[in-house]
Amino acid sequence: MMEKIICACGHENPQGTKLCEKCGRPLTEEEKDRKIVDMRYDGIAIRSKTRNKSIIDKIWNFFSSVKVGVSLIIINLVAASIGTIFPQEFYVGVATEAERAIYYEETYGSLGKLYYQLGLSDVYSSWWFQILVGLLGISIIIASLDRGIPLHKSLKNQRVKRHESFMKRQRVVAAGPVTEGDSSKTLDLVEEQMKKLKYNVRREGNAILAERGRFARYGPYINHVGLIVFLLGVMLRLLPGFYVDESIWVREGETRTIPGMDGYFIKNEKFILEMHDNEKTEAQIQQGVNAVAKNYQTNVKLYKQPEDAIPGQTDNLELVKEYSIRVNHPLQHEGYSLYQMDFRLNELKAMNFSLTNKATGEELGDVSVDLTNPQNEYVINEQTKVSLLGYYPDFSGFKDGEPQTATSTPNNPAFIFKMTTPEQPDGEVSFVAIKQTIEPNGDNAYKMKFKGVETRNMSGLTVHKDRTIPILFIGGMIFMLGVAIGSYWNHRRIWVEQLQDGSIRLAAHANKNWFNIKKDLNTITEYAHLPQFIDQVEKEEEEGQKEKEGDNTL
Amino acid sequence: MNLIDLSGNLLFVAFIAYLIGTFLFGGAIKTSKPDGAEKRANTWGKLAIIVTIIGFLAQLGYFITRWIHTGHAPVSNMFEFTTAFGMFIIGAFILIYYMYRLSVLGLVALPIALLIIAYAAMFPNEVTPLVPSLQSYWLTIHVITAALGQSVLAISAVAGLIYLLKAVDPKVKSKGRFWLEAVLYFMVLVIGFVAVTVIFRGMGYEAAFTYVDKNGAQQEIIYNMPAVFGMNESELLTDNVMEPLAEMPPVINAKKLTVVFWSFIAGSILYLLIRLVTRRRILAMLHPLVQKVNLNLLDEIGYRSVLIGFPIFSLGALVFAMIWAQEAWGRFWGWDPKEVWALITWLFYAAFLHLRLSKGWEGKKSAWLALIGFAIILFNLIVVNLVIAGLHSYA
Amino acid sequence: MDKKKKRSITRGIILVVLLAAIVYTVYSSATKEEVEVLQVGDVAPDFELVDLYDSNLKHRLSDYEGKGIFLNFWGTWCEPCKKEMPAMSNQYAIYKEQGVEVLAVNIAQTEFEVKSFIEGLGVHFPVAIDETKDVMTTYNVTLLPATILINPEGKVEKIITGEMNETQIASYMESIKPEQE
Repeated sequence: MMEKIICACGHENPQGTKLCEKCGRPLTEEEKDRKIVDMRYDGIAIRSKTRNKSIIDKIWNFFSSVKVGVSLIIINLVAASIGTIFPQEFYVGVATEAERAIYYEETYGSLGKLYYQLGLSDVYSSWWFQILVGLLGISIIIASLDRGIPLHKSLKNQRVKRHESFMKRQRVVAAGPVTEGDSSKTLDLVEEQMKKLKYNVRREGNAILAERGRFARYGPYINHVGLIVFLLGVMLRLLPGFYVDESIWVREGETRTIPGMDGYFIKNEKFILEMHDNEKTEAQIQQGVNAVAKNYQTNVKLYKQPEDAIPGQTDNLELVKEYSIRVNHPLQHEGYSLYQMDFRLNELKAMNFSLTNKATGEELGDVSVDLTNPQNEYVINEQTKVSLLGYYPDFSGFKDGEPQTATSTPNNPAFIFKMTTPEQPDGEVSFVAIKQTIEPNGDNAYKMKFKGVETRNMSGLTVHKDRTIPILFIGGMIFMLGVAIGSYWNHRRIWVEQLQDGSIRLAAHANKNWFNIKKDLNTITEYAHLPQFIDQVEKEEEEGQKEKEGDNTL
Repeated sequence: MNLIDLSGNLLFVAFIAYLIGTFLFGGAIKTSKPDGAEKRANTWGKLAIIVTIIGFLAQLGYFITRWIHTGHAPVSNMFEFTTAFGMFIIGAFILIYYMYRLSVLGLVALPIALLIIAYAAMFPNEVTPLVPSLQSYWLTIHVITAALGQSVLAISAVAGLIYLLKAVDPKVKSKGRFWLEAVLYFMVLVIGFVAVTVIFRGMGYEAAFTYVDKNGAQQEIIYNMPAVFGMNESELLTDNVMEPLAEMPPVINAKKLTVVFWSFIAGSILYLLIRLVTRRRILAMLHPLVQKVNLNLLDEIGYRSVLIGFPIFSLGALVFAMIWAQEAWGRFWGWDPKEVWALITWLFYAAFLHLRLSKGWEGKKSAWLALIGFAIILFNLIVVNLVIAGLHSYA
Repeated sequence: MDKKKKRSITRGIILVVLLAAIVYTVYSSATKEEVEVLQVGDVAPDFELVDLYDSNLKHRLSDYEGKGIFLNFWGTWCEPCKKEMPAMSNQYAIYKEQGVEVLAVNIAQTEFEVKSFIEGLGVHFPVAIDETKDVMTTYNVTLLPATILINPEGKVEKIITGEMNETQIASYMESIKPEQE
């Protein structure tokens, strides 16, 4: 059963209403006892407060409470701050779980270990943090529904004339005869002046309601909508296809498929690192930084496969665009963005040797081994050549007499050469690695003398696509709009009633910024010769102060 | 005189102007004495705001000339940002002053700005070249808007502080009295920091050490104060200076800890001296100065500053930050400590507004919250930059 | 009474939707990695790679329809890859006639390295180099060796990461062998 509260004016109010929706009479004992009524939601019945019976209502009421909302804000705040005590895992440059555990313990001691074990090192992707944010989201939605809708109804259905008990209990009030002139013109003067002050004026008989900036009341609800849209956008990223976040390493000269961006390939033409040529600053000296980077740049070519091509078909790539990817200047194409993220300098690209007679030092010719495409044979002339029998880009030692490679990256290249010379037509075999030469068949007459290297750089790029960005952007804009409306405008209402004897009863309410409404009141008081208004809150305080001061003199 | 020297001189002029302004605002305190005291106070007040505006214009001149000289908005390192923050606080104060014409605000806002600018001056003030990620017009937009928002929010703390100076009775023992005195003590500590830095700098104190950092690499470091705490496995290179009393593990920057230690010592001595000489709490000294202020008006100013500052802060520290992060790194949010603390600041002020709107937390409670909010802003400026490493760490 | 009931239902629905959204968010972010990866039962994405020895010979998955495909990803530096190769070669000799094809895809190494490696081992099955890592990326291969079993219907039968022994290889080939008519 829906209980109703019937006001003396005959209006039926829903249960929980503090001030009659129609005339404003206080309805609860608590309100009747107050000197100034609670105008926060215009005395409406907040939906959740009306009933509290079924489990659904209980949950609903829980989320609707501002107390719960504020608590959730504070809990989220504390949880977020915990994640900044030590660096989060994604800022720690180690890959595996075991390494991470060791990192936290070694760097931050037993506290670090505990931090890691509690999962605080990856707090923002933990299930409980997500739930906390989600609960805050629910609280925002429900609290807004619960307050926004009834407030809207109440503001829409406002009456012009309010009951005396409502008027007297406003913060700013005035009562008394007009101070000057003809009291029959007073209301006209008030109306005229209020309109000049850009108030929306309604007049019913001997009562006036002047209102300005009502839309400011909707600000909080609008910004909550923005927040919800934003959170929704964040959630949508989890749906497949909405969000791509991949990374690739591309060496200069290489063409690589772009992960997450089907059918597209990227070629690294050149990586450029520039440094500032300033004199060392004090801060640099203190931090032991030699030079400050000025530019990280990768010149790339973006290619696309023909429409009907399938993975692996790379012979007919079409050039889409050439671009210099720099920090703050990603390459953008069809909703994808490629960002300059990382780099590695000076990876070996080619090694130069000279076929040299060990005894005389005579050089028969140069051999340059391109590590990106080693050849079987390097011919110097008819009788002189070098055959490549083996290439191990990252030599890690021998196993069963076989050279091994640890990775495919040329960190420590090793070669097995067979050198054929006029002097040694059968050829001599030599194993050549950095700072190491092994001649399996005894003492060779010739050697591959190391001459130098050519290097290339490698760029680390990230690939992003985020189709939720427009949603997030709209959410952010709605939020900003709502916050601005709610903060920079205020809702001002002035009720004026002329009693039968010609005297005036006035009440004023502003949802904030009383300073401004008082300025308006000063204007109309002067213009329409109204009785001087008083601020009941300030009056109360001054009286309190006087009493206190009086005590002190004793 | 070249541009950068001019810039430095303008900043100095601004500092002096704020200093004079503070005393002038002191003269503008209203007393209940008759014989035209009120009129005199008003004259002082007018003079004070004029001097403040002159200082502000001078500092704006510093800002612009430095901008022209460096080619980027001077908000890219600790010195530049903190100085600008001080300037914006003065700007926000001038704005609020003209809205409410309350000169007592200046009596607190100016010293706070002075302390912040003095604090900034303790960092290397040379022009630093920009790393690639900062080379974007978003540096200007994001940092200036965020700092502007924080400055307006700071005015709410100024109003809150004045409110509490009046509302908390220095004669009655209470939690409020203790914490308010703690806030004032903290301000003395900042003076202590400035004092020790200036003193040791004037002495030309230097002690070089080698140490082993947390990655196991050998590094060198120069202390500008006697090393109380030594870096991990540090070795002294300079002759005739103090050896560290205690060695710290690699995660702790012992140099910064040493600075904190000396500031604490100097500030505490200063505080004790004040207490011994005056035989009163600082609170008790300031309490009579604000007797005439209208608490209601202060409460309204505090609330209003949050209302004005919150949207600006949201725009600068969150919205613009996200747009820039999206452009620079392809992700609008990265849970970088500075980002997280901006979010925390934002959440805190959101809680503030809800408590005020729905729970009726006005007056004293609201004033305390404003102080806590400013403490979070300072935490983000000082601790997060200097202690917690991240993308935003300046020094 | 009715109004009250209606309101309860509305509230209930809103709450359920909101709670479901949270549960979904937490669940899908916890299982995020697994969702994106190619799964058993999916249609194996078509691809084309050039044979190591015959540049005119192109291995296109769709051309092998009706056959079982034993798709192996490997690199010369990968010790387990090296170990399983002779066994693959042996089993391929047996199952080739029963309609099973092997394709050993090298991850973007140089022709010289791949050829000398294959020749050094003396193994016999088709080899191709995935120069742009396109096929590897398509098949979400991150760890080597990785073997994808594709059945005659062109669907992924099984994904194996890590080394296989000869018995396992035999049973895997058995499992994708087309039914004899």
